[in-house]
Amino acid sequence: MNRTFAVKAIALTIWGLLLFSPFLFQEVRQVEVAARIAVFIVLVASYDLLIGYTGIVSFAHTMFFGFGAYGVAIAMKQGDNTWGFWILGTLAGVLVAAVVAVLIGLLSLRVKAIFFAMITLAAASVALVLASQLSGLTGGEDGITYRSPDVFKSANKLLTDEEGKVLRIAGVRMNGKIAAYYFVFFTCALMFWMMLRIVGSPLGTVLKAIRENEARTEGIGYRVVAYRTAVFVIAATTAALAGAVYATWLKYTGPDTTLSFAIMIDILLMVVIGGMGTMWGAAIGATLMVLAQYYLRDLMEVAAAATEAIPLLPVLLSPDRWLLWLGIIFILLVYFFPAGIAGTIIRGRKS
Amino acid sequence: MTHPSLSTRDLTIRFGGHTAVNAVTCDFRPGELTVIVGPNGAGKTTYFNMISGQLTPSTGTVEKDGIDLTRMPASQRARHGVGRAFQLTNLFPKLSVLENIRLAVQAQAGEGRRFFTPVAKLTELTARAERYLEATKLADKAELPAAALPHGDQRKLEVALLMAMEPDIYMFDEPTAGMSLDHAPDVLDLIAEIKHDHTKTVLLVEHKMDVVRQLADRIIVLHNGELIADGDPGEVMSSQVVKDVYLGNAGELA
Ligand SMILES: Nc1ncnc2c1ncn2[C@@H]1O[C@H](COP(=O)(O)OP(=O)(O)O)[C@@H](O)[C@H]1O
Ligand SMILES: [Mg+2]
Repeated sequence: MNRTFAVKAIALTIWGLLLFSPFLFQEVRQVEVAARIAVFIVLVASYDLLIGYTGIVSFAHTMFFGFGAYGVAIAMKQGDNTWGFWILGTLAGVLVAAVVAVLIGLLSLRVKAIFFAMITLAAASVALVLASQLSGLTGGEDGITYRSPDVFKSANKLLTDEEGKVLRIAGVRMNGKIAAYYFVFFTCALMFWMMLRIVGSPLGTVLKAIRENEARTEGIGYRVVAYRTAVFVIAATTAALAGAVYATWLKYTGPDTTLSFAIMIDILLMVVIGGMGTMWGAAIGATLMVLAQYYLRDLMEVAAAATEAIPLLPVLLSPDRWLLWLGIIFILLVYFFPAGIAGTIIRGRKS
Repeated sequence: MTHPSLSTRDLTIRFGGHTAVNAVTCDFRPGELTVIVGPNGAGKTTYFNMISGQLTPSTGTVEKDGIDLTRMPASQRARHGVGRAFQLTNLFPKLSVLENIRLAVQAQAGEGRRFFTPVAKLTELTARAERYLEATKLADKAELPAAALPHGDQRKLEVALLMAMEPDIYMFDEPTAGMSLDHAPDVLDLIAEIKHDHTKTVLLVEHKMDVVRQLADRIIVLHNGELIADGDPGEVMSSQVVKDVYLGNAGELA
């Protein structure tokens, strides 16, 4: 119980830092990192519903993420940047995600896990090819740049002082940028909370039962293929919503920001590092990974400079080798936290 | 005589060239406890698997209360009131003992699709699960993962899952196998209780002769996949057929 509490405390601290991050970390890059962490927590948590809770291996999560992002991007590019088109794009993206998830689910969730994984891989490849082929609509490899709704424009003054200039609170301008950040934060926090409710509900126990013993779950009266399809649809639509939110924040959508297999691998690493089947672990895994991606190079630069006098070390610590060090960190994390950080804290190292 | 609640007609399954269950036709009635005996490999577990839906027969049918179950998935049969405990313990190893039972309770209550209400708020489900924990004397182990239980307790949990399904048909496959003598009565008392309800249909695979004598209303004998004897326990047990089967020279009979 205490161990679970420790994990929750870590994850809630992360959410707390995200809540205040525009005030705590005011650099442009830092705000980018905070928004990315919030979105990836949702993306990883929704993936954990599949892989960690239900034992479903899918490689199509970035495809669903992309459906939402491209939905918003195309609607705002082809239409305009009003909320009407935003809603239209989001709904279209979520609907496509739901339909594709139902189709994949009903066609292949009753077969062997490995075959299902292959189907998702194929679907994700098709989506990637389509995105680059249908360049009239998707912008191809270049992606699409568009404007997000006007409330989020930096020039939009949310609050003004008596001279009519944008008000600053604790040095932070109350403009559209901060509105955009809190839009990302609150939608992501809401989705994360909803997923916590799902895993804590009777349905959540059925999902774990399917992972543990599919045949007995069926034997006591649960139609396993229906539950699997349902959770696949829930995860897919959540990923699509996260994509729509991220697209609104970035004002750019391309294969590299949403659809690519590189992101799929990031999600897999985040869920493994955080701890599969823990939900809270998603927050920990996503945070560590995004921070490493953004700051490991900086850190190494500092370390290389500090060790300048010592032979060999500065060479090893050269920022160009940051991927090598990222790999080493992963190996160490997996070694010391075999069930992921949250999983290992909760269950101990031996289990 | 009451109508049969469960019937199998010419129930047959072949694995490759081997016929594991061969044209078994049999009726089971509410309030009746039927013990199924037969040597290892006779086809008892396979017969159960076709009734509860783990296997689909090659030919023949399974009916419950006039509804044809033959092609239904196991989950649907469970919802039609066919409950089954397994010979080889078949639990949810990493889930707690309480969660194991609550799964069966919430399936029975049709609450498995609730996806937004915290489990803690559904006190009725937990209370019901706790009743089965107490009935099987597992209450003090409620929070342990099922995998951490000793073998005897896992067998009891296996039975508790079946009880929590509250079915019309109870199928026990060697429920006390490998259980110590001080634990077996816990399970047998529960089966006796179900029997005394007089509305449930109970099928029990069991080898221990004293148990059979105590509980059976009727005995059927399977041998090489065929039903070779069916009747009153005293008669069947003293019949030449059964003696031959258990002496291992029944080949001539078939
Ligand atoms: N899935 C299966 N595939 C092939 N053979 C099987 C399968 N299930 C059972 N059998 C065979 O069917 C026969 C009956 O087995 P079983 O029903 O387990 O017997 P019992 O429960 O009476 O000991 C055995 O010869 C067994 O090897
Ligand atoms: Mg058997």
